[in-house]
Amino acid sequence: MKTATAVSTAGAPTPAEHTATGLLIVGASQSGVQLAISLRALGYTEHITLLGDEDHRPYQRPALSKEFLQDKIGSESLIFRSNEYWEEHNVTLVKGERIEEISSSADGSGTAVGSSGTHYPYARLALAVGARPRRFEAPGSDLNGVVYLRNADDALHLKDLAPKASDVVVIGGGFIGLEAASSLQAMGKKVTVLEYGPRLVGRAVGEDTSNYFLGKHRARGLDIHLDARVRQIHGENGQVSAVELETGEMIEAQIVLIGIGVIPNTELGEKLGLDINNGIVVDRTALASDGHTLVVGDVANMPNPLPGAPEGERIRLESVNNAVEHAKVAAYALMGQREAYAGIPWFWSNQADMKLQIAGLSMGYDQSVKREVPDKGKFTVLYYREGQIIAADCVNAPLDFMAVKQALAAGKNIDPQASSDAAVQLKTLIA
Amino acid sequence: MATVNFTDFEGNARSIEANTGDSVMETAVRNGVEGIVGECGGSLSCATCHVFVAESDLASLEPMSEMEDEMLYGTAEDREENSRLSCQIKMCEGQTINVTTPETQV
Repeated sequence: MKTATAVSTAGAPTPAEHTATGLLIVGASQSGVQLAISLRALGYTEHITLLGDEDHRPYQRPALSKEFLQDKIGSESLIFRSNEYWEEHNVTLVKGERIEEISSSADGSGTAVGSSGTHYPYARLALAVGARPRRFEAPGSDLNGVVYLRNADDALHLKDLAPKASDVVVIGGGFIGLEAASSLQAMGKKVTVLEYGPRLVGRAVGEDTSNYFLGKHRARGLDIHLDARVRQIHGENGQVSAVELETGEMIEAQIVLIGIGVIPNTELGEKLGLDINNGIVVDRTALASDGHTLVVGDVANMPNPLPGAPEGERIRLESVNNAVEHAKVAAYALMGQREAYAGIPWFWSNQADMKLQIAGLSMGYDQSVKREVPDKGKFTVLYYREGQIIAADCVNAPLDFMAVKQALAAGKNIDPQASSDAAVQLKTLIA
Repeated sequence: MATVNFTDFEGNARSIEANTGDSVMETAVRNGVEGIVGECGGSLSCATCHVFVAESDLASLEPMSEMEDEMLYGTAEDREENSRLSCQIKMCEGQTINVTTPETQV
């Protein structure tokens, strides 16, 4: 239901103007979609425009590196909501439009201009513009077959290349790299993972969990290099053929997948003159420094929402759970209600037969406790700060995950002495 | 096609046509059935698509995996005998399933 109309007068064409909207959400992302849904649930009655730069209906990203890549689910399964849902809820979807220019007045209203030249006047603005993959800078990184995995087109491209490839090098041993590596291995590829740091997923999990994943992946046949330094990506006829390490070692590859993190898309925030610092800076109600623009999800740098977090500590979270919860906070703010960020941040990553669930944020921990049931593939690390539980990494251990999430949400603790016995259910230790 | 009849905790009913092969969770979420969240998109990670399945339909479902069983202990509303995670219930051609959604999923 695109309502853009081109108004032409004699002579030079005037730019098309989209119907004025109550709220323009830039970014048809997990957080953008959730913001629209939550606003309708709260009784927001103004017209909403949900605008994205991809040529797809709003969809979910997590499966792109897993089930979708492996053809276990089709593209229809990724779609957030039916077209009818958006129509019934008075939300206009705009696809394939990139906002190039934007300016707001003192009251928060303004106009955004898309790459098509269309103007989008709005009463309020929300930015759910996310992040983009950090580019890998090495000679040869522009060769065909050097790919990234962030959006659906990336995944479709990779699926297209996969049948013709037998060897894949993944640069980056984080969540995306390891999920994709596991998927590609399951698709019959010989996969090598090159991690720059001394351990896997160094930014998100503790050392014990890194080592656990390293052992398991190696046992499954993934070739993993830590402290790996790439000298050059080699090609033949413009097509990638190998990755050369600084040691001189050459690793054959017809696909090189880069997964070395993301950079928040702050450009529109900058055009609006908003405070920027590792993302767009927001307050506890998801409001940017102009006091009007709502900023949600991966792009937002917000006060650490965890109960008991040090005052003034800021954080930018890249997760589905945060995209959803942060959008809810923003929806309340737009409705004039000040609601705190609900729930405990959590994350998941599925790699081969390992289902990792993380509850809480382990940054600043001073003690960790390991629980393991090896024959069941269960592995948990609990993180403590000054004797208080703050987070847990749980592999194939949903009961542990649930118990920690519950304890954190209730502001309770799980005794670090008693919790090391894997035979004891953590739930019984919450106090 | 298949049919899922959703009833919420207050007794409001809604009947939705489902594509064969889709899960009950997908059917609910795509059509905006409140009472089912499905935050993780069906990868058995979040336990926010908890439903109570009508007793008469239970026998027609595939048995649950150990992972689903464990996840069900962490749902926001306590599990019952007829609890399932609806992302794990895939609809068969011509099937009709009746589920009740809990008051809260998070």
